[in-house]
Formats: sequence, C-alpha cells, structure tokens
Amino acid sequence: MTAQGLDEVFGALADPTRRGILARLASGDANVGELTAPFRMSQPAISRHLKVLERAGLISRRRRATARLSHLEAEPLREAAAWLVGYREYWEESYERLDALLSTLDRREASASTSRSRPGTSAKPKRKGVPDGQDQSHR
Amino acid sequence: MGKTRVTAEPGVPFIETEREFDAPRDVLFRAFTDPELLVQWMGPRKYVMEIDRYELRDGGTWRYVHRDADGNEFGFHGVFHGTPSPDGMVQTFEFEPVPGHVALDELRFEERGGRTIVRTHSVYQSVADRDAMVESGMEGGMDEGYERLEELVDRLAPVRA
Repeated sequence: MTAQGLDEVFGALADPTRRGILARLASGDANVGELTAPFRMSQPAISRHLKVLERAGLISRRRRATARLSHLEAEPLREAAAWLVGYREYWEESYERLDALLSTLDRREASASTSRSRPGTSAKPKRKGVPDGQDQSHR
Repeated sequence: MGKTRVTAEPGVPFIETEREFDAPRDVLFRAFTDPELLVQWMGPRKYVMEIDRYELRDGGTWRYVHRDADGNEFGFHGVFHGTPSPDGMVQTFEFEPVPGHVALDELRFEERGGRTIVRTHSVYQSVADRDAMVESGMEGGMDEGYERLEELVDRLAPVRA
C-alpha cells in the first residue's frame, strides 16, 4: 500500500462510526438504511462516512435493483493490520524486553564496580560506555 | 495485562505513558540512548530493529527501521530537541509510511529509591492523528466500535502473528 493509501485508511479508521460500519459490513453487504439503523445519525451523515470509507478503498458500492449496497473490502484493512501493532501492546512488549535487558546490565555493572552505593538520586548526566567494550555508534 | 499505563484523553491530541523499572535512571537513560542497547528492546520481538543514524545531541537526527520476517520494513525518524540527559529528552517522531504526521515526544526519567519511572508525553498534530497512532489497547478510550473492529481484523487476518 502506498503511504497515501495508508494515510487514507487510517484517517477512515480514526472514526468510531466508520469502524462500526465496517464491523457491520463484516457480517454481510448492506444498504444505507440498514447501516444507519444502529446509529443515532441521519442517513446523509452515514452516506458521508460511506464516501470516506469508499475513498480509502475499505468498501465498494454497487447497485442492486433500487438499493445501493456497501461491501467490505478486506485487503486494505489486512494491509493496515499487518503493520499495525497496538500502541500499548507495542510499548508493553518493548518494556518487558527492556526489563530483561536492565537486569543483565545491572548485574554486569554490579560486577564491574564492586562498591555500588548510590547516594540518593544522581542528577549528574553520567554517560558511560556499554559494558564489554562495545562501541557507541552515535556521534 | 502488563504494567504500562497509557492515557489518551478524548478530545486532546496527547498520549501519556508511565512505566516503572527496577533500575536507576542513568541505566535507563543508557538503555534509551545507546544504539547497541536500543536495538535489543525497542519494538515487538517479531521485528528486527536496525538503527540508521542516532545523533544524540541538540538538533541531531535519528532514524531506525523495524523489519519483519517477510522483509517488510517500517521506518521511523525524527530530530532531538535540546541535549538529551538522564533528566529527559525531547524529540520529534514520524512514522515513514504516513509522512507529514509528526509527533513531539517528551521522555522523563524519575528515580525513586533505585527504581525509575519513565514517563512519555506525545503531542500529535490532531486528535485524528493521535487516534490513528493509538488504534488499540487504549486505556479508557476503547469503544465498542473499536473492539468490534479488532474482532473484524482478527477474522480477516487469522494467521497474523
């Protein structure tokens, strides 16, 4: 998906009504009347949401007799989901890995400096090299 | 669930997180700023992280890439504002597939009795930008529509790791 495509998909997904519409369409095609029913919103307002979803490629619309049916297009959602990791999930998983890393750093530091008393909080910006002589690649 | 607290109030384009670690803050600061250490923890395990550049100074730029098992790459980049220190750091953050949507991230390290609380405060350009970034797992902000969408995405992508 192009960056602009992703942008439109996420712009479209940022709205709870549009997410509700997509969830409804997951159980089958529907016309605008059926899609309006669960929301406290006018049919023209729902139509505007449908236009946004259509522009993002998340739905397609076709005519059947007099009804215009909306159909969920799965692919853009799947592509968006492929890189989408929940924000909290992202950080919690990262921080759990950091917990594990910190415990090894602490041990290595403790063995590197035998007396490791820490009087209060040291506000001094003390930057040390990585243990085991790994080089710091930032400039 | 885990220990990271995420706060995203409705109507304002901020995300705040808070997490306590069992280490002094200079160790935390190192883990957040030393590229050799950063790649060992930043991001979910399913991604390999590579740091392109990491110029830890006022005005310095950073860029890293998360790569998944299929070779898909997701790049992020930004600029440090002010000199990063164990007190904290301020930087911009941009997810490359969505260019132009730049967040301003502030990190604070607060040490208490040998433990450190890491707080982040992110400011987005709009609530929509913020919501697109959060998308899931928000405390308090999770609405039914989103829960249903999660189920939907699970159904659509059942083999997703």
